[in-house]
Amino acid sequence: MLMILSKVSSLSRWNIDRTLAPLLRMAGMMCAAVLILIVLFLLREAWPLLGNGGWVNLFSDDGWYPLEGLYGLLPMLAVSLAVMLGAIMLAGPVGLGCALFLQFYAPPGLRKSFRLLLSLLAGMPSVVLGLWGLTVLVPIIALWQPPGPSLLAAIAVLTLMIVPTMALAGAAALSAVPADLVSGAAALGMSAKSRLLYVVIPAARHGILSGVLMSMARALGETMVLLMVSGNVVQYPHGLFDPVRALTANIALEMAYATGTHRAGLFASGLFLTLLVLVLAWLAARSVRYD
Amino acid sequence: MTNYSESPYTLGSIDEAVACCAPKPQLKVRALSVSYGDRRVLETVSMDIYRGCITALIGPSGCGKTSLLTSINRLTDMLPSARVEGSVCFEGQEILDTTVDTLRLRRRIGMIFQKPNPFPISIRRNLELPLREHGVRKRSERASRAEQALRDVGLWEEVKERLDSSALSLSGGQQQRLCIARALVLEPEILLMDEPCSALDPISSAVVEELILRLRGRYTIVIVTHNLAQAKRVANYAGFFWMTERVGKLIEFGQCQRLFDTPAHALTQAYVDGVRG
Repeated sequence: MLMILSKVSSLSRWNIDRTLAPLLRMAGMMCAAVLILIVLFLLREAWPLLGNGGWVNLFSDDGWYPLEGLYGLLPMLAVSLAVMLGAIMLAGPVGLGCALFLQFYAPPGLRKSFRLLLSLLAGMPSVVLGLWGLTVLVPIIALWQPPGPSLLAAIAVLTLMIVPTMALAGAAALSAVPADLVSGAAALGMSAKSRLLYVVIPAARHGILSGVLMSMARALGETMVLLMVSGNVVQYPHGLFDPVRALTANIALEMAYATGTHRAGLFASGLFLTLLVLVLAWLAARSVRYD
Repeated sequence: MTNYSESPYTLGSIDEAVACCAPKPQLKVRALSVSYGDRRVLETVSMDIYRGCITALIGPSGCGKTSLLTSINRLTDMLPSARVEGSVCFEGQEILDTTVDTLRLRRRIGMIFQKPNPFPISIRRNLELPLREHGVRKRSERASRAEQALRDVGLWEEVKERLDSSALSLSGGQQQRLCIARALVLEPEILLMDEPCSALDPISSAVVEELILRLRGRYTIVIVTHNLAQAKRVANYAGFFWMTERVGKLIEFGQCQRLFDTPAHALTQAYVDGVRG
């Protein structure tokens, strides 16, 4: 009887495998295909500008003047990178601090609500943060150093945006550190501070790094906030108070009326952004794998 | 030609001779009880731990042997729900006193865990980190003490070429010996070992067991083990724990051979004969 039962159950499992596996495989392949198709589509649309060695002009043209046929992306690329690096330099330490507090110092009651708060903040629509930046932060900066919309405003709002991402990723990495290591460090007479600094954080370094890279990808891809608070002037940033335009904002600003090679220029911007984000995502996945 | 300035003795100086007299208690555990929240896991344990000897704690899982170990180095402080009552006297000082500097205490009483727990950093850093923590500033001194500890556990020849590679690249047995070296590098007086061989394969286990035997005399060792044959092979003293009414108790304590050959208590007899547990 038992044998028959086990036979039946293994038979039905076999059936489920037969039907489920192809479905799952299809879903997986679709995801991969979408990514490849997007990159191919971007390439095709940007081709009028990229083909015949035209991609060199994207880096050698003196500025972005689409009406005069100048498509230099470098100033906007520089701004995108500056905003990303500025935001991660501020959000990294703050986020890691939040993660350490959440994981090791917060009283149990507070921990739950603090984690919820971070999750909500991580899910905050960027347009809301942008609106706050535009109506509160930018006027404050304008009082200090006109005109107000600036690289600094963009970095500040983006920092707020990626701190929770950073904190949640950091907390996940810290909580994955085996308790054995912590008690091992304690048994060697290491103080609480040293345990964190020299044992827990190094043990969680790959997870923390992956959080940093994920946050960087998020900052690089952010559009709405930059559109709202950065001023949208195409120029190399010479200081924190200069109004600037990032690659993402550029696409959003000009897509409505761009045609011909101008339109191809926007797709070329998109292609570069996508490739940068892909590199960051790949590095993040790699750093996790090293755990 | 004979050198007359040399000592006429060939056995080394008297100070270095192995003690053969009656051992002195180094730790005096008195009426020790441990609870986690409302649940009491160990009740009124009293025993002496003798200097330079190996004391084995045997008995089934969950009867409070590990809790006894972690009370001795105050690792119980890490668990907010843990409460330890009674007294543990270490060379005249009360360990359970709240004013005791636990960081210094843990330097003098090292601990080895069941699962090897090397830090995921280089082999060298694993050994130098505790030294730096305890104020050894000179790099050369840290390096020489690390080397000495690695030699003591027989790991030096195996790792001297790759001190800067990750400690996680070592095999399980090597990792456990590294953990022992990491404890020894602080020159502790007592080593607490919580089933140090149970996560290792038989060959590594034999290597670690031999190492434990080599440490006898130089260090006082308290070892929790579920391997009765191992306890019999290495220990001078043994304590048998048993759970009555869900609370761990010390049933019998004495010289290891006596405890195994002529146990005074029927429960001990049954356990060492493999009837129960």
